[in-house]
Amino acid sequence: MMDQLYQEIILDHYKHPHGRGLRDPFEGEAHHVNPTCGDEITLRVRDDLSDISYDGLGCSISQASASVLYELLKGRTPAEVNEIHEAFVELMQGRGQVEPDEDVLGDGIAFAGVAKYPARVKCALLPWMAFKDAAARAGVSVNPEVKA
Amino acid sequence: MSFDVVRVRGDFPILSREINGHPLVYLDSANTSQKPRQVLEAMKVHQERHNGNVSRSVHTLGTESTEAYEGARATVATFIGAANPDEVVFTKNSTEAINLVAWTAGQFLSLGPGDEIVVSEMEHHSNLVPWQLLCERTGATLRWFGVTDEGRLDESQLDELVNERTKLVSVVHMSNILGTINDPARLVARAREVGALVMLDCSQSVPHFAVDVAELGVDFIAFTGHKMLGPTGIGVLWGRAELLERMPPFLAGGSTIETVTMGGTTFAPPPARFEGGTPPITAAIGLGAAVDYLTALGMDDIHRHEQDITAYALKALAEVPGVRIYGPASPEGRGGTVSFGVDGVHPHDVGQILDDLGVEVRVGHHCARPVCTRFGVPAMTRASFYLYTTTDEIDALARGLEQVRKVFA
Repeated sequence: MMDQLYQEIILDHYKHPHGRGLRDPFEGEAHHVNPTCGDEITLRVRDDLSDISYDGLGCSISQASASVLYELLKGRTPAEVNEIHEAFVELMQGRGQVEPDEDVLGDGIAFAGVAKYPARVKCALLPWMAFKDAAARAGVSVNPEVKA
Repeated sequence: MSFDVVRVRGDFPILSREINGHPLVYLDSANTSQKPRQVLEAMKVHQERHNGNVSRSVHTLGTESTEAYEGARATVATFIGAANPDEVVFTKNSTEAINLVAWTAGQFLSLGPGDEIVVSEMEHHSNLVPWQLLCERTGATLRWFGVTDEGRLDESQLDELVNERTKLVSVVHMSNILGTINDPARLVARAREVGALVMLDCSQSVPHFAVDVAELGVDFIAFTGHKMLGPTGIGVLWGRAELLERMPPFLAGGSTIETVTMGGTTFAPPPARFEGGTPPITAAIGLGAAVDYLTALGMDDIHRHEQDITAYALKALAEVPGVRIYGPASPEGRGGTVSFGVDGVHPHDVGQILDDLGVEVRVGHHCARPVCTRFGVPAMTRASFYLYTTTDEIDALARGLEQVRKVFA
């Protein structure tokens, strides 16, 4: 059962995060906190999406999710970012009923198991919500409505 | 053997449950305790046989309910050594009990700029935030005791911290995160010298060892029913009668009044003055039954059992590689609440893997974020014990932690 949650991909991203560390320059920044557990993330976005940088404290799920976000969204067009962001949020809010599309979500499909643990969905979404705010501040619009 | 933990466990139906295919190992009693059959039965019998509203009916059911409700108050009063049942105010929980004092203190202590309220860095948010708000409202200054590296209250600045400007000191009796038991004797003596009141947050102490308000010499204590085998929704504020007498109503309404005209209202004496609206009658009766259960077993025997479990757990945890314990490392001056970290693994992940093995612990900042900050971590994993905890359960925890280390190796 734990294998579904802690997939190798997630543990790999957690132990060896991609793109971690805050970098300059950036046009939008957001700091998000999960008040129930104290996890936090600061995420920066360039307005042309050529870089996304982040730093944070948190569990394997939230930290791996930030690493996957970096891999998936960096260097994409706003339209692609929208599609991927929407697909990830849909997967996380699907209570384990959504079949993820690997072509869209790449390593993000490893989070399918997390959706079965309501208490952990917020962990996975933390960087994605921070990204949405940071992107908006950088003038890049990301749309999906989120009820986390 | 005076304390038969197997027999005790037989009284708790939930303890025979399985979680994820494993026997339930419930190590989260500091969060909320489980309830024995005797408590559940007392509440069921009340609902099925005696239910009526209290203090306002002449009929038989109303009278029986009132007697049961006031009986619970008297039981609680005896349990904590109160001079009089009227010193026991039923609230929703500890948080409401503390808020009751904090929201009325501005008025009855005539607080203003220059006055000081003292808390500690060890507080649960519910014994910190209400005082922050009080200070914001009145212009008084909030000050606090620090915490030592060993997780003890740092009293080295006591005489400076509690001074002629201090109006009230409110500290925790037993920390919900470090397990530290604070001896308030020096603090109370100093507060008396300068004329300050002392409140003790007893949410984690009253359930676990004998607490006598007269012996403690404090002015107020707060605790909650659901952490001491009772139901949720019932808590207690105990206050010295002459202080309660001076305090204005907090949540005014029915029951709190003496006479009401359209032009104004005079208020009932305590405790009715502070119990606006229909109270949680069944929950109070459940709390009374919980106190009876604890008393029958004996608080000293319960405490001794928990001390044994705590000593065993501290040793077992210390033997797991990569585990760091926060708070006192030996069972002296601490209770059965042990917080720890596992090297390189976030508490959420620790808690998740333990749950998969049926071991229920709490993870996060435990509503005591300043304590986490003090020890430089965003969160901790906490195992907390009670009268039904066994050494086998501690072994299950230790085995679970090995599994955690394996997954994150």
